[in-house]
Amino acid sequence: MSDLDAFRAEIRAWLEANCPAEMREPVRDEGDVCWGGRDFQFKSEAQKTWMERCAAKGYTVPDWPKPYGGAGMSPAEAKVWREECARIGARPPLSSFGIWMLGPALLKFGTEEQKVHYLNQIARGEIRWCQGYSEPGSGSDLVSLQTFGEDKGDHWVINGQKIWTSYADKADWIFCLVRTDKTNKYQGISFLLFDMTTPGVSTKPIKLISGNSPFCETFFDNVKVPKNQIVGDLNRGWDVAKYLLGHEREMISGAGGGDRLNAIGAVVARNGLEDPILRAELAQFDVDALAYACMGEKFLDEVKVGKAHPAQPNMMKYAGTELNKRRHELLMAAGGATALEWDSERTSGGTPSRSWLRTKANSIEGGSSEVMLNVISKRILDLPGA
Amino acid sequence: MPLYHTEDQAMLADTVTGFMADEGAIKQQLRHFRDMNCQDGFGHALWKQFAEMGLTGMLASEADGGLAMGHVEAGIVLREIGRNLTPSPFLTTSVMGVTALAGASDDLRGRWLPGVIAGDSVLAVAVDEGPKHRPERIACKAERAGNGFRLQGRKAFVVQGASADAIIVAARTSGSDDDADGITLFAVPKDAAGVVYENLRLVDSAMASNVTFDGVELDGDCVIGDVDGGRTLLNKVINAGRIGAAAELTGVGQGAFDITTAYLKTRKQFGQLIGEFQALQHRAAHLYSELEIAEAAVIKAQQLLDGGSERADLMVSVAKAKAAKACNLAVREGVQMHGGVGMTDEFDIGLYMKRDRSLSEFMGDQYYHAERVAQLSGY
Repeated sequence: MSDLDAFRAEIRAWLEANCPAEMREPVRDEGDVCWGGRDFQFKSEAQKTWMERCAAKGYTVPDWPKPYGGAGMSPAEAKVWREECARIGARPPLSSFGIWMLGPALLKFGTEEQKVHYLNQIARGEIRWCQGYSEPGSGSDLVSLQTFGEDKGDHWVINGQKIWTSYADKADWIFCLVRTDKTNKYQGISFLLFDMTTPGVSTKPIKLISGNSPFCETFFDNVKVPKNQIVGDLNRGWDVAKYLLGHEREMISGAGGGDRLNAIGAVVARNGLEDPILRAELAQFDVDALAYACMGEKFLDEVKVGKAHPAQPNMMKYAGTELNKRRHELLMAAGGATALEWDSERTSGGTPSRSWLRTKANSIEGGSSEVMLNVISKRILDLPGA
Repeated sequence: MPLYHTEDQAMLADTVTGFMADEGAIKQQLRHFRDMNCQDGFGHALWKQFAEMGLTGMLASEADGGLAMGHVEAGIVLREIGRNLTPSPFLTTSVMGVTALAGASDDLRGRWLPGVIAGDSVLAVAVDEGPKHRPERIACKAERAGNGFRLQGRKAFVVQGASADAIIVAARTSGSDDDADGITLFAVPKDAAGVVYENLRLVDSAMASNVTFDGVELDGDCVIGDVDGGRTLLNKVINAGRIGAAAELTGVGQGAFDITTAYLKTRKQFGQLIGEFQALQHRAAHLYSELEIAEAAVIKAQQLLDGGSERADLMVSVAKAKAAKACNLAVREGVQMHGGVGMTDEFDIGLYMKRDRSLSEFMGDQYYHAERVAQLSGY
């Protein structure tokens, strides 16, 4: 037996003994996701147990180094972990922007002290993070952001406004892009971390077409941030921001796994599928979805060994989000009038329609499809003047 | 297993990429043999070079003098064949034919494999009987007669049929046309009495034949594998052809894409490079993403086939359908972005469009395979 086979056997046995049956059921809605954080209310004892058992072994962030709360798995081992979790349908023990976005940025740009402090908090699900990037006047043109941090010696004083801050009202801390030099567009931004309970921070949920409010407006009114809460060098926050955006795009692309990679025809057909043209559309979709799932696997394999083009997350984000929108259009069509129900019990409060509407943001948030295509043109295809 | 090439596979890719770009280039091969109206549709000298490099027998076992490689490796060769539109009997002979012969007796392998591996022989595979890929329906009959069989029926779209030293024929030895069972594979020598060829030039300059078997007498040692039990082997041969064609399609798509993006960087209109126009950039970027995804699906299916996975059938159909969709987009966008010159024979982009059409049809088009994905998924 190879080392990897032995490792697989070990993981399989551990999962069998430690993953509660309830945590092997598919995630039905947002309420089933374990986000962690100071105020997080676990939906069930099983959800809490599953997160804690994984955190104790470093399995919430299996490929992070052990001193930072991970399990120190190699790329091949982490793939085995994912495969074995998928095999029994285990839910992610912990989902968070800390794991997907801030963590990778800290691993690359953080000081040793920052890594030990913040990464362990993330891995244990103690602190829930939100992202302060977009502003009302800075969407696709993110680098034009205006939120300003005034130098006050041992701290900055932040004033300004962010928008589309996902779950700002539920987050404990924020990683935030702040202008610290008004004379330099790209090299005048710093990447700061601060507590959302700091005086002067306020949030206001934005009601979306889905009827839900996953995003907020976030206001900073003379917010004091100590100087040691900067990641990377002063005025070089754009480097951190760009690196993190790659991980954000990877996250939104669905490459990491989960429902977004699944074919849907067989699921839809369980409730009857009488329309041959719809069936054909589903089959065409399934071809694209199953192929994209291969791309997700290939992308992750290549990222782990540095073979992926650095701009490849943009392609993944573009393709994955366009596919997900198509998925929900087809699910709505297949669901018929039932899928239109907005708050009925049998649709768990309008899950089909609200999810469908939510997916429309996929190709806007984290860089629109149009921006992704611009980046691919410029950085991968090297087209002129792009 | 990670979804990228191992070091050995990457070395093979390096070698083959250089070889095909030098020796298999469009001008020396495709255009040369097309313009001389070559009735084989490919060059025997190049086929001999394939043999010298060990490519002809790459899927054959070491005991048979081959390299015992898999579909990932064969796909590396086919991708470069596709990229250069290199006319070659590699897919029908070294991929499908060798896969079929792997299920044959020692005698039969000894009769055909040495010539294949030496680059002296060519094989063709005859499955379909009409204009569309329908391997589920096999009406061509082989009835027991004397010491062997008498073959009666017609096969269509037999690529390289006229050049082949032997045609591997899927025939019905029992049951009715749509039965899964009752299939037997035969290696029919080209000079057998009663084999009638209608040789056809295809849109991509390749040669294919409609072959009529008019009471062809075959002795029993022409049978490959088990009488009546040939469906499993036939499926292997067909899967090898599908994934091989898919790999070649990714090469065709990539080749078309490369010359098109190069054109976008040189052609000027309105005082600027047309590649500066966002309308074209976005379409090129979309195409890039489709080609990347198709390539990922193809390597996944190759690995599953090589590993004997039960998911291989499904993923082979996903790969063939996706590769066909992506490649088709590449050649259509390629011609459109070239503008008027894309319609001329002088420019190569049109050759890619023709090859895509032919390869997409071979062993099932995207519609056939999307249907198969639905069926294998249970709906």
